[in-house]
Amino acid sequence: MAIETLVLGAGQEVGKSCVVVNINGKRIMFDCGMHMGYNDHRQFPDFSLISPSGDFNDALSCIIITHFHLDHVGALAYFTEVCGYGGPVYMTYPTKALSPLMLEDYRKVMVDRRGEEELFTSDHIAECMKKVIAVDLKQTVQVDEDLEIRAYYAGHVIGAAMFYVKVGDAEMVYTGDYNMTPDRHLGAAQIDRLRLDLLITESTYATTIRDSKYAREREFLKAIHKCVSSGGKVLIPTFALGRAQDQNSGKTIGTAREMNGLYYLDGIQFGNTSFFGSNSTNSELCILLEDYWERMNLKVPIYFSAGLTIQANMYYKMLIGWTSQKIKDTYSTHNAFDFKNVHKFERSMLDAPGPCVLFATPGMISGGFSLEVFKHWAPSENNLVTLPGYCLAGTVGHKLTSGKSTNIDIDPDTQIDVRCQIHQLAFSPHTDSKGIMDLVKFLSPKHVILVHGEKPKMDSLRERIHSELEIPCYNPANNETKCSSVDTPNSTLIDRNLTPELKVEDERVADGVLVMESNKKAKIVHRDEVLIMLDKKKQEV
Amino acid sequence: MAFSPLLTSLDALSFEESNNNDKRQKIENLLEAKSLIFAEPWYKTVNSLHLWNASLIDVILISSPMGIMGLPFLTRRKGFSAKIYVTLASARLGQLMMEDLVSMHAEFRQFYGSKESNFPPWLRQEELEILPSVLKEILAGKDGVELGGWMPMYSAADVKDCMLKINSLNYAQEVCYNGTVVIKAFSSGVEIGSCNWILNGPKGDIAYLSSSCFFSAHAMAFDYRSLQGTSALIYSDFSSLSDTQDIEDGDNYTDPTSDNLLPPSFQDSDGFNLNSDEDLEEKEKLVFICSCAIECVKDGGSVLIPINRLGTILQLLEEMTTLLEASAMEVPVYIISSVAEELLTWLNIIPEWLCKQRQERLFSGELLFAHVKLLKEKKIHVVPNIHSHELLKNWQEPCIVFCPHWSLRMGPVVHLLRRWCGDPKSLLILEDMVNPELALLPFKPVAMKVLQCLFPSGIGLQKVQPLLKTLQPKTVLFPEDLRLKTNFSCEKSFLVLYYTETETLKVSRQKDSSEIKIAADLASQFYWKTFKKEGINVTRLKGKLLMENGRHHLFLDNDKKASSRNSSLLRCGLVDSNKLLAALSKMGINASMEHGTDDAGPTNVRIVHTEEPYKALIEIGNTSTAITTVDDNVASILFKAIDNILDEVC
Repeated sequence: MAIETLVLGAGQEVGKSCVVVNINGKRIMFDCGMHMGYNDHRQFPDFSLISPSGDFNDALSCIIITHFHLDHVGALAYFTEVCGYGGPVYMTYPTKALSPLMLEDYRKVMVDRRGEEELFTSDHIAECMKKVIAVDLKQTVQVDEDLEIRAYYAGHVIGAAMFYVKVGDAEMVYTGDYNMTPDRHLGAAQIDRLRLDLLITESTYATTIRDSKYAREREFLKAIHKCVSSGGKVLIPTFALGRAQDQNSGKTIGTAREMNGLYYLDGIQFGNTSFFGSNSTNSELCILLEDYWERMNLKVPIYFSAGLTIQANMYYKMLIGWTSQKIKDTYSTHNAFDFKNVHKFERSMLDAPGPCVLFATPGMISGGFSLEVFKHWAPSENNLVTLPGYCLAGTVGHKLTSGKSTNIDIDPDTQIDVRCQIHQLAFSPHTDSKGIMDLVKFLSPKHVILVHGEKPKMDSLRERIHSELEIPCYNPANNETKCSSVDTPNSTLIDRNLTPELKVEDERVADGVLVMESNKKAKIVHRDEVLIMLDKKKQEV
Repeated sequence: MAFSPLLTSLDALSFEESNNNDKRQKIENLLEAKSLIFAEPWYKTVNSLHLWNASLIDVILISSPMGIMGLPFLTRRKGFSAKIYVTLASARLGQLMMEDLVSMHAEFRQFYGSKESNFPPWLRQEELEILPSVLKEILAGKDGVELGGWMPMYSAADVKDCMLKINSLNYAQEVCYNGTVVIKAFSSGVEIGSCNWILNGPKGDIAYLSSSCFFSAHAMAFDYRSLQGTSALIYSDFSSLSDTQDIEDGDNYTDPTSDNLLPPSFQDSDGFNLNSDEDLEEKEKLVFICSCAIECVKDGGSVLIPINRLGTILQLLEEMTTLLEASAMEVPVYIISSVAEELLTWLNIIPEWLCKQRQERLFSGELLFAHVKLLKEKKIHVVPNIHSHELLKNWQEPCIVFCPHWSLRMGPVVHLLRRWCGDPKSLLILEDMVNPELALLPFKPVAMKVLQCLFPSGIGLQKVQPLLKTLQPKTVLFPEDLRLKTNFSCEKSFLVLYYTETETLKVSRQKDSSEIKIAADLASQFYWKTFKKEGINVTRLKGKLLMENGRHHLFLDNDKKASSRNSSLLRCGLVDSNKLLAALSKMGINASMEHGTDDAGPTNVRIVHTEEPYKALIEIGNTSTAITTVDDNVASILFKAIDNILDEVC
């Protein structure tokens, strides 16, 4: 018996996460993502490897989606509606609520902005979502008689889950993206001590160890506080979802590109935040500020630019049960997603005196309203601009982060004398290498497969898992199949089994004899019963 | 119960805490408001619960938010250490209801003082004697045995402490008690968070079917499929006990000013088929009640709705506000309860516990319940109590008020009932009241209209059999009390046993044996012995036995200490004396058979003597062989010889 893992995406790379696992005769697809770095066939996983005939209903028992990011759910509507997969799809409640928004936004950007041919329609998305069965955390869901699945909190974005799968005696976990440290609006990943044959884990930060996020948040807040208390203005360029078009600017520059950029952020080390980033960042930063404003009793206004709608906030409010304990505990007195201090920004306020904080799109100051504001505010050293950890080359944001130049050319005719302060944000909801090692050690599976990372770093993590934890570990490339045999006796299994956290032992010893009779189930009997079965008498000596 | 509501300035009206006893009382003329007990209400718990040793309870399963209300009585007892499992939603709802109840008791405390007495005067025999028989029966039960079940109300601290002892679950989440039983809750459709249970042990599985409802307007639907195919099923839905009693036709709408208070029943007996249009019927009832309420406010009367089941209240609230809006009337709706605000907020963040239609709202980005919007628009006013400043400021009549407590003995409802009971234009909507006359006693004479409604809160009798057939348990444990109402005589697919209160029912074990998982590395070390003739392979097991998640596991044991405790081998066959002699001589031992014993006399004992080089006596019997010698070494040498000619089993 073996578990066969076919990596269709996110093998030695970040993008289009998609892994098909054959476990005790059941085939399960984990994630069905798209690669935003490509516009050709490479943007989707190569589904033909699952079933050359294209009959996916027979080939797969179910699909499991871990969270709503496009590199995990982006190809789902295409796979179900265009490729014709009609079986069940499982995801958590928040993922089911937010995925259609993501897909729709992406579709719009592709068609409306890029003028590309759409790969799936709005109807496809709606039809696809009908196939989705929403699950709650820790529920044991019986997909069919032999296959059961269970979601565990992963912390990465709202609704993100790791999935446990059991078929007969074979058990495994696919983590999706996760975060082992709690942040301000989400808790840390949580999982039971399971006995796994296989663990498939993300490895975005395969070699990085990050300092505490709180320290970085504190720094961010301090910088803002300092700025506003001396009467300065703070510009926080953020990522809008395609949906929140910059009607003001009329410029469509870069949103799609920004999605690409952001997408990379999600994966790679300088990543600032998750892709939905847009909203997740807005909400997160906003909660951060709101909280700080309350504590410090600040009255300085916080604005959202008119083009920036916090669409997802409605969902967040209903899904507050999936956020951090702190936010959950206070929902009845104050829903953290009801921003009390946040107001709408009018263009007329641009040159109004007095301090303020403004969220504006787009995130890398590549154009639009944030560029307009930037032009007004950058020349004053009282003001502050925060930037995402990673900005695409060519954007103003990139120029600000890369050089010390004080003069920035916006276009051939415009040059801005930048005197304002710059603060770079670096919040990422991925686990770092310590977190990955901790999880692997905690679960002590018989095999580990790494996905969703960069090859060289994955290689070194693989070696570490192998040498430090003595667990065989692989990082297959896309379209590679890895077999993990599960029937070989394995000493780690035994060690683990004998050291559960709490164990009550007694010294009683019983006699048992295992009997295998032809054509019958093996059974254990007392030794005296054997004689009866054998029709023989006992002979004592 | 038989307590009186607090006295108001003028008349000495009082009340009771109408209990949830299922027994209906015949109301006697003797009974007046004055006969009710004037004291802070106590509560009656399960019969003879007080006689149990709390520390002997291992596990408590709570199946509904209501089912948690009595828990602090138990958890506050000394030595209590049971594991309590409740769904997350039931725990939250239950906690809110308990907190509300505790806060309502504060009013009594203020009036009567907070002195705690272990034996209140009204429990004394002489006091009991002078009570009207209805009240006496409520207090003491039919034969006086229930007197011991009375408990003083728990405190806020008791509730807090109780909540800390709870383990909360999601639907279908597996928890394992003590390694031996895996427990899972599945929605029962009656209320948000209510559930049925599956207990999985090595000796088979048990389903516990509590009150369940096929139609649910808010709560997640009854998940009966997950209860299929268990070896035993405990049927514990008693909602149909009162079914027949409530089948009374007559006006749905009666004027209770008449001396004889006939409980206006709103319930029909039919329409409980499995795929019925119960849904529709429910809706009709709802619309009817709400239109009555609207009529009432149009006439200038107010509507008072004591809060009972959350599900009903939410439906009434939603329907009423819709109708109000449709009729373009500006009538305020007040919800007066210390926990209402928190409850209403909470309802909008629990999509996982709601029915499909509500969940669809989440997926399309709408609010789960309309009341959030209504609150914002100030169409509903939520205030913590009747004296709250906000209420006094906004108070306007006619109005529609939702408030506790359904017993009509405490909470804001008492004050409002006093205010409106004499007003024939006003309307009181009671849900499923066991004894409405007793409930209304302190407020007599009642001129206000009373409407009683009953929504199904369980599996209808007609559905019991089809449901059980679908679930296919091997054995059904059915309440004796419901025996006459159902007929299982021609039921072949499962066995039916009847259980009664306080009697232990033994159910024969369905599975004789349980399964064990043997670790692969251990199995590979087995030494098999084959008996060709019988076609049997046998091996001795040596390892460590572990119980986990309701399953036995056998693992390789590396512990030397344990493995050295080698118990004797099992041998079979007969010792052939000739073979033995031959074997012995091969080893250079000179042995001879005692004469006259080789043809196996009645004793079947043959005796062999050895002389050279050792001296020993071997007695060979059919089932045992004994070696007698002075030297241990000799014994072991001879033992080996005999061992060699016997079949070793394991």
